[in-house]
Amino acid sequence: MRARKAWVAATLLTTVAFGGTTAAHADILFWSTQAAPVEETQAMREQVLSGFDEPIDYQATDDRGPWLTRIEAELEAGSGTIGVLGALHGEFVSLADNLVDLSDIDLGDVTLNATFKELGTLGTGEQKYLPWMQATYIMAANRQALDHLPEGADINALTYDELVEWAGVLAEETGSPKFGFPAGPQGLKHRFFQGYLYPSYTDSVVTKFRSAEAEEGWNKFKELWQHTNPSSTSYGFMQEPLLTGEVWVAWDHTARLADAFNQRPEDFVAFPAPAGPTGRGFMPVIAGMAIPQTAPDMEASKSLIAYMLRPEAQIATLRATNFFPVVETDLPEDMPASVRMSGEAIARMSDAENANPSLLPIGLGEYNGKFNQVYVDAFERIVLAGQDVRTVLDDQAETLRSVMEESGAPCWAPDEPSDGACPVE
Amino acid sequence: MTAVTARETAVPAADIRKRGRFLVAITILILSVWVLAPIYLLAINALSSPAQVNAFPKSLVPGMETESIAFFLGFAGVLRALGNSILVAGITMVLAIGLGAPAGYALSRFDFRGKDAFRIMVLMTRAFPLPLLALPLAVMFIRTGLDDTAFGLALVHTTLALPFAVLITFSLFSGIPVELEEAAWTLGCTRFQAFHKVVLPLVLPGIAASAVFAFVISWNEVFAAAVLTIQNRTLTAFLLQNINVSPMHLKFAGGAMLVLPALIFIFAVRRYLFAMWGIASR
Amino acid sequence: MEKRSLPYLLLLPATLFLCVFFIYPFLLVAWQAVSQDGALTLEHFRTMAGHWKFPTAFWNTMLLALAVVPVQLALALFMATLVTRMEKGRDLVLYIWTIPLGISDLAAGIIWLAIFEQTGFLNSMLVGLGAVEQPVAWLGYQNKGTIFLAVVLAEIWRATAIVLVILVAGMGLIPKEYHEAAEVFGASPWKRFTRITVPLLRPSIQTALILRTILAFEVFAVVIALAGTNFPVLMGETYHWQFNLQDRHVAAAYALVILAISIAFTLVFLRTLRVPREAQI
Repeated sequence: MRARKAWVAATLLTTVAFGGTTAAHADILFWSTQAAPVEETQAMREQVLSGFDEPIDYQATDDRGPWLTRIEAELEAGSGTIGVLGALHGEFVSLADNLVDLSDIDLGDVTLNATFKELGTLGTGEQKYLPWMQATYIMAANRQALDHLPEGADINALTYDELVEWAGVLAEETGSPKFGFPAGPQGLKHRFFQGYLYPSYTDSVVTKFRSAEAEEGWNKFKELWQHTNPSSTSYGFMQEPLLTGEVWVAWDHTARLADAFNQRPEDFVAFPAPAGPTGRGFMPVIAGMAIPQTAPDMEASKSLIAYMLRPEAQIATLRATNFFPVVETDLPEDMPASVRMSGEAIARMSDAENANPSLLPIGLGEYNGKFNQVYVDAFERIVLAGQDVRTVLDDQAETLRSVMEESGAPCWAPDEPSDGACPVE
Repeated sequence: MTAVTARETAVPAADIRKRGRFLVAITILILSVWVLAPIYLLAINALSSPAQVNAFPKSLVPGMETESIAFFLGFAGVLRALGNSILVAGITMVLAIGLGAPAGYALSRFDFRGKDAFRIMVLMTRAFPLPLLALPLAVMFIRTGLDDTAFGLALVHTTLALPFAVLITFSLFSGIPVELEEAAWTLGCTRFQAFHKVVLPLVLPGIAASAVFAFVISWNEVFAAAVLTIQNRTLTAFLLQNINVSPMHLKFAGGAMLVLPALIFIFAVRRYLFAMWGIASR
Repeated sequence: MEKRSLPYLLLLPATLFLCVFFIYPFLLVAWQAVSQDGALTLEHFRTMAGHWKFPTAFWNTMLLALAVVPVQLALALFMATLVTRMEKGRDLVLYIWTIPLGISDLAAGIIWLAIFEQTGFLNSMLVGLGAVEQPVAWLGYQNKGTIFLAVVLAEIWRATAIVLVILVAGMGLIPKEYHEAAEVFGASPWKRFTRITVPLLRPSIQTALILRTILAFEVFAVVIALAGTNFPVLMGETYHWQFNLQDRHVAAAYALVILAISIAFTLVFLRTLRVPREAQI
């Protein structure tokens, strides 16, 4: 009797399970690695995408695993449901061969940032992705920390030496290290070394990887680490330790600081990244939109991308995600605190006399991850494992050289342009 | 004489027993607190405002703010995702037991060639990281139309739950004397009847345990769910996959919302899970 | 005739199922570990073994399994025995003890992070009690010991219930007469436990150990949540190579290592805890 009941149940379940698919209607699937925190996903759906004529299924995952697995599976199977891909510059790199040329999308009177548009070609002749939104990394501090600022130091024109001193004073006067750094598994630490430390100390990212100047930079960072909260190795987003007060001064992605600025704008300040001997290095974050060859409805996908680049949509995106527009537009007055605060810091940073902006790597292809790993490994070996700086740099330089040679990627700013693969001196 | 000594020793013995029972009760209490305390802390954080979650030192009493929970309940499609999760877990349960119990029975009752090979194969499914298998599976599912169906996802979850079903039923069948079955045969039962009338009631706890595992495995699985379902997302893929990058208070609220249904399910089947205590003595 | 074919008939559905949904994709992935552009090579295993993190990840995984699994087995046996001595409220206690079963490893990681982080519940209590003046960074990178301890505690909390359920289901089958008889003959509780419960429970212990050990080698989410980058484990490295470094070959090699140690331990348990036919009741 019981067995029969189970079978009936099984048949029922099966029918329902299959029945579900026929009823599902095909929305445009926007498969994204951005705006993954649940509130941002929700805001993207309700405030940005709801304005488009057709229903859109916005799915975001911060974990690159499912994102990559799904798109790779669709490409391999030769058919798919993903209409538009949303991801960071670096995440598109390995997919370039399977992305549709977007140069024929009609953007109307919208003016795209030319530098970012150029990045979207991924070094090919085609427009592999169109820029979607931008951000960068800045510093944030609890106002209490300002009382401990070393004499003569201007928070808006800080140097690494002053930052180290400040962190030291803070640790001493409060009894525990108050500088925080996102060195956890989800933290963006590699960007600090690529876009901030190296340009500030060597005016280079690749070429002078193992130079004496680089050694100096690493030693400075080791000094800073002495006064860094040891929990940093599990931090992903600095906004949380800032809010809890575990950390008073931090470096991170603007979107990963936003919650602190929005929840308690009076308690925090945003300010530019520090400068080193070769300037104030900093780096943009570019997210883009692309269409895979397997997209079910090419036209719908293209018009969605055009919609996302309209100024209204760009401003709605800024509110939803704390990523800034990539098109020319004026921001309204009533933006959230995080936008105002980080916007000012970014302007100070890029307008600084000694500003030294980096571009994003182009042409690394499938080696993008391994390129980042060189910097992460250097950090873990030098700073966490306490290995000899010179030995580690020589060692990692070999890996870097083989990554550059195997991928054939040419140099990008601040390195001097190269013919062929970017050399490691 | 002997009666007196018996009475004399009986008093301290009862005393010892009493003390022993007290000790047992205390130990059980401590273990229960150890299990429940973290759940309680989760509940505190899920029911607190963002400011309370980030405060230090933290209070051990919930703020009774339902803002974070309400945020998730307001999510479009949360009910549908809940339905999908239950559906997928249900199919997984049926499949895992339907495929696993016969195999467990065969492993416990017969000696045959390939027995160890089968056992190793079953275990391999659990010992190999699923995130790597997801790609070929997804390609296969897209090609066959199983992609984005509850049934397709349940098939994947069944491979994860099957080792539990096979091994647990195997170990329980092994504990039931063959003689019981043989006795039934001699009384005129067919092999199936004997199994159905004699063995099945005895292994019900094992079946229930397998069902619980199948349900929980399916309920909590994120990776395959995130890859293989799009329109038909499960609650876990819907809520949990980005939980690590969400602000603290939402982390806890999302976590708590996922835990609750699983607790209700275990509560519902606990009767079967532990009902058969000492039945063999009857 | 019937007796010869029956076991195969019973195994057939499960076998067919696994061939399609496990063996086929598994072979595809395994092939990636040993091939490059269609030719056999051991290069990927060399890359894996040559990476500076591999030995650390390997031994960390082993160490964690060795620290967690025996404690869980002992604790679960203890809990199961306690329950048998209860007369009232057994259902409730068992239910409470199986609660962690319903909690995913991601959620467990969140919960235990809330306890151990610097502004977490543990420090809140210690500061509140005046035991420490400043919150302690339990999970700081220099405190490798406390990180390990935190992971071990979280894993014991999360996954002991799996062992418990399997053992409890098995214990239900042990005839009460055995215990009663032993009691009549004056056997101490410890003797009854070691001479009756444990031997009769052997199939369940074996099952629990095998399943739990295999799962222990795949430990990932809790470690990431609590230890961050401080405690690399094999599963984390597999993930990293597959999705961040996008090298499917090396990731597959890592996965095969996990598989190999799991199978090796399974074989050990199958041998040492063999369930001889005469030991069955």
